[in-house]
Amino acid sequence: MAGKIEDESNDRVPLRLRPEWSDVTPIPQNNGPNPVVPINYSEEFSEVMDYFRAVYFANELSSRALSLTAEAISLNAGNYTVWHFRRSLLESLKVDLHVEREFVERVASGNSKNYQIWHHRRWVAEKLGLEARNSELEFTKKILSIDAKHYHAWSHRQWVLQTLGGWEDELNYCSELLAEDIFNNSAWNQRYFVITRSPFLGGIKAMRESEVLYTIEAIISYPENESSWRYLRGLYKDEATLYVNDTQVSSVCLKILRTKSNYLFALSTLLDLICLGYQPNEDFRDAIEALRTSDNEEQDSDIARTICSILEQVDPIRVNYWVWRKSRLPQAA
Amino acid sequence: MEPSSVVETPSPTVSQRDQWIVESQVFQIYQLFSTIPPNAQSLMLELQRDKHIEYLSKGLRHLGSAFSVLDANRPWLCYWIIHAIALLGETIDDDLEDNTVDFLNRCQDPNGGFAGGPGQMPHLATTYASVNTLITLGGDKALASINRDKLYGFMRRMKQPNGGFRMHDEGEIDVRACYTAISVASVLNILDDELIKNVGDFILSCQTYEGGIAGEPGSEAHGGYTFCGLAAMILIGEANRLDLPRLLDWVVFRQGKECGFQGRTNKLVDGCYSFWQGGAVALLQRLQSVIEEQMVEASQSFTKSDAPDEKESSAGTSSHATSRIRREGISESCSSDVKNIGLNFINEWRESEPLFHSIALQQYILLCAQEQEGGLRDKPGKRRDHYHSCYCLSGLSLCQYSWSKRPDSPPLPKVVMGPYSNLLEPIHPLFNVVLERYREAHEFFSGL
Ligand SMILES: [Zn+2]
Repeated sequence: MAGKIEDESNDRVPLRLRPEWSDVTPIPQNNGPNPVVPINYSEEFSEVMDYFRAVYFANELSSRALSLTAEAISLNAGNYTVWHFRRSLLESLKVDLHVEREFVERVASGNSKNYQIWHHRRWVAEKLGLEARNSELEFTKKILSIDAKHYHAWSHRQWVLQTLGGWEDELNYCSELLAEDIFNNSAWNQRYFVITRSPFLGGIKAMRESEVLYTIEAIISYPENESSWRYLRGLYKDEATLYVNDTQVSSVCLKILRTKSNYLFALSTLLDLICLGYQPNEDFRDAIEALRTSDNEEQDSDIARTICSILEQVDPIRVNYWVWRKSRLPQAA
Repeated sequence: MEPSSVVETPSPTVSQRDQWIVESQVFQIYQLFSTIPPNAQSLMLELQRDKHIEYLSKGLRHLGSAFSVLDANRPWLCYWIIHAIALLGETIDDDLEDNTVDFLNRCQDPNGGFAGGPGQMPHLATTYASVNTLITLGGDKALASINRDKLYGFMRRMKQPNGGFRMHDEGEIDVRACYTAISVASVLNILDDELIKNVGDFILSCQTYEGGIAGEPGSEAHGGYTFCGLAAMILIGEANRLDLPRLLDWVVFRQGKECGFQGRTNKLVDGCYSFWQGGAVALLQRLQSVIEEQMVEASQSFTKSDAPDEKESSAGTSSHATSRIRREGISESCSSDVKNIGLNFINEWRESEPLFHSIALQQYILLCAQEQEGGLRDKPGKRRDHYHSCYCLSGLSLCQYSWSKRPDSPPLPKVVMGPYSNLLEPIHPLFNVVLERYREAHEFFSGL
């Protein structure tokens, strides 16, 4: 019976009428005579919490206490104290944690956006160990199929991979999600997580070449997609020289700039490259020149300054940032 | 956009579709705004002070049964409401003030820390909310009601070997926990080496390849955690260990054509990020010289290493290594210096330009996040709530003072969008409490 959420139907029997609770004196909340932010609790909510306090304060490690925590959680899944007490109950009563996992799943199906559910799920999975791996990966997959950017689900999934393993198919999973929605930044982030941490892929150095190709293809399909540009930069994290020297990076910038559309990230990437020491050739100068609008831009021989001026125009929401960048350019070589 | 570049139009992805829906709702509002006469425009831009106060005060006195899901967040409700009221320049009645102090005292655990409600376990986030509420109320009674000695013990119990903090006994470890612990310790003048130890390492490990900061190592860069991580790093004197140019670049790109901020790359605009992201940029605005230093370092590391076999060592690690040295230099005299960081942050304020689009953000907050009947919200189509009211107004205050000579000098009318009566109280951006209340608290606790 442990861990079952009561039906929310009207035939709920109040605790005070249940024989198994007759020996317990409920403890009302110590709210004071004039509480602020007072919540107009339903009768059921008040009663469940009053009984909860009674068993919690008495540290009563019983199975009725366990089912009471389920009732309390069904009324407010954000009560971390209830979850915490439930964990000590699960331990002392040696409850089958597979059942507990189903319980968490039911609670999560109502609202999965709270820290407590995921923290609890992690605890359960940790106790179950390796055997939990697939169920946890499946569970997060299910949540992510509804909300592909669910922050807690991704964190949980990363924890599972790092603690229990299951990396083998993860890069494919990221590719699948990105094929569905190339703008899904969470999937890009997971991809980065996999290529940098998977024990099977050899780390970022080994993956860089193929990932750069993958990313450049994504950039060419959707140059307005910030996720892929940031990922590209991430592939050269702490490798500024490599970043500046890799002609694939500068070439994709040039290619996008020449289309004269959706070139914001190409332009800002080129600016970053130049700030790191990249020396653009005539092709770049021509492409930049072609983007200048005649109206108000000052003539400038310095290409980085010109880029900032264009960015001020085409990206007006960040005008202050581009002005600031322009005023802090490294001394031209 | 250009038809020539589109050979076949693939069906939009979920991200694109969601984004376009929100964009069209927001642009509809801006479109309407641009077509109405000036007097109607200034009416539309007016901050509905009385309505907001009414909505907020009502929540302090009564909340419906739907709020049961926030029953473990009641100090947060106190903070959201009372801080928002303070931003609006109002105070609450004496009896409500007494009742708030009394209520939070019932949430205070005998062994230290504040819980989500009476009889619950102490929790770092609700401790932060309680302490900030009591500071906002001000006065000796409210401030003296915080048991600092016990609170320090609670924080030590939450401290983890990896440098992070747990939210509560056996609770989750993340960047929020670090910020709430450090912020509270700093403002109460109980920050010391033991609490600081390795917390910078933990936060640093949460800065992602994108530039922003995640909740845990490996997770996605996120506005809430970015503010928390950056503010905590500043408060312990280790902000220069972060890659600040990348952080700045990431955060300014979170402001979109809707004029508000999104929480993560390719996610939807949301009013609460006016503070989380706007606050992070406002903090970075004060770190300009450190950012510049890092930028110079990065540009030099390339030119110095023309020899190909040298390139990895110099470009890859040099900036990291120097900031480490610099930090070790600082940490020798750490305790005394670190205690004054919050105050120095305000005292060393210099006039500068905001690095984000302050006017655009004010426009989003006033036209899209504000409900005319009172309260503020995530975005058009969503309902108001106390959380969004608090963080939209906090963001609005940041915008209004983003050009100011001093953190609290009255801004020029042209930088305050809408009528000048929209002007809010200035905040201390590291703690998000009204500046004057911070000063009072700092004086109170530094004398203890
Ligand atoms: Zn929000």
